Amino acid sequence: MDGFYGGYALVGLVLLVGVSFVTVAFAANRMLRPTVPGGDKAVTYECGVDPVGEGWAQSHLRYYVFAYLYVVFAVDAIYLFPWATIFAAPGFGATTLVEMFVFLAFLSVGLLYAWRKGVLAWR
Amino acid sequence: MTDVLEVALRLVLILVAFLTLPLLVGQAEHKAMAHMQSRLGPMYAGGFHGWAQLVADGVKFAQKEDLVPAAADRTVFKLAPAVGLIPYLVVLVAIPVAPGGGVAQELDAGIFFVIAVMGIGVLGSLMAGWASANKYSLLGGLRSAAQLMAYELPFLLAAASVAMAAGTLSLSGIVEAWEPWWLLWQLPGGVVFFIAGLAELQRPPFDMPVADSEIIFGAYTEYTGLRFALFLLAEYVGIVVLAALTTVLFLGGWKGPFDTALWGAPGVVWTLLKVFALSFVVIWLRVSYPRLREDQLQRLAWQGLVPVALAQLALTGVVAVAIS
Repeated sequence: MDGFYGGYALVGLVLLVGVSFVTVAFAANRMLRPTVPGGDKAVTYECGVDPVGEGWAQSHLRYYVFAYLYVVFAVDAIYLFPWATIFAAPGFGATTLVEMFVFLAFLSVGLLYAWRKGVLAWR
Repeated sequence: MTDVLEVALRLVLILVAFLTLPLLVGQAEHKAMAHMQSRLGPMYAGGFHGWAQLVADGVKFAQKEDLVPAAADRTVFKLAPAVGLIPYLVVLVAIPVAPGGGVAQELDAGIFFVIAVMGIGVLGSLMAGWASANKYSLLGGLRSAAQLMAYELPFLLAAASVAMAAGTLSLSGIVEAWEPWWLLWQLPGGVVFFIAGLAELQRPPFDMPVADSEIIFGAYTEYTGLRFALFLLAEYVGIVVLAALTTVLFLGGWKGPFDTALWGAPGVVWTLLKVFALSFVVIWLRVSYPRLREDQLQRLAWQGLVPVALAQLALTGVVAVAIS
């Protein structure tokens, strides 16, 4: 289990352990539980009264702009990680630091713009 | 042969940690909340201070009928608890608890891996909310999604700040590079990281997605029995994972306040102590603060935590270049 990808072999194994844990739990559950399907139990729960309309109702996604903002910022933020490992290394120093401030300034201006536009208020 | 044994041992250790630590946190929550609210909490099960209450709950959950609403999207509905739970198990692989290979698997991009995998857990809530075909579940699921989007960013930025300070993405490497004065240097980032992590776990005061007084139990409304238990387990494993990550990134992981060789306290003890202390803070916050409204949640994230995290990045950059 050497090398960059070799390390992920154990991750795969743990994923298998997780899947088998869930499988075993449900197998035990199947043996222990009663099974009497149907009836009122299968009705959608709506505080005790019969459900009105269907569950997949239309709703107003107030935060779709937040979603856009998030995508923009998250994609930017990913670039921070590889840069973070070397920016203070010998031979980089001040120049990389200035570059970081340019990068942060772009992010901040974006956030300020959204703020000023009133996008960040929940309306 | 020894390799196989070692891998097996690591897998067993992860599974044991995965199954026992959340129970300890859960029991601590029962008792700490009870005493903060001037009551006793569970006292009957198991005899001594109700220590077996969570075991009894588990047995009860395992015996309950597995109900799927007639209107639900069956496959997704049944799959959701596993999707919500397994990522937290996988995250445990990369968390170092002791020096010199005290980690199930050292990953070069550990911090990146951990944050990426933790984000998957929220998909479980989203799947549950959509597949239940219940209005309350749908609202809860959408609130979960909104919360993830708002708080993932400060979470990511605060973690990036530590990676910058340490100059590595490896979690063990970060703890090795950590020095006590980082407590002050990385303090704003640490606070942001912890708050954002709390919000991602949907723990009070950020429990808008499961607000029981308005949307029943959010995305988990239609769940019963074992599937519901798995969601609950995911929440408590989440607390352990968040506490462990905060410990590793901001509190120096296995490093103690004095020379551990002298006192004979191994690194694991320090790690566990810090993890439990932070878990206690999580419980404490639940008892102390009222739930935030949805617009307050978004405002705190975008106008509070994100600017602080960006400022922390700038501070980290300047100091790191100055001392190098």
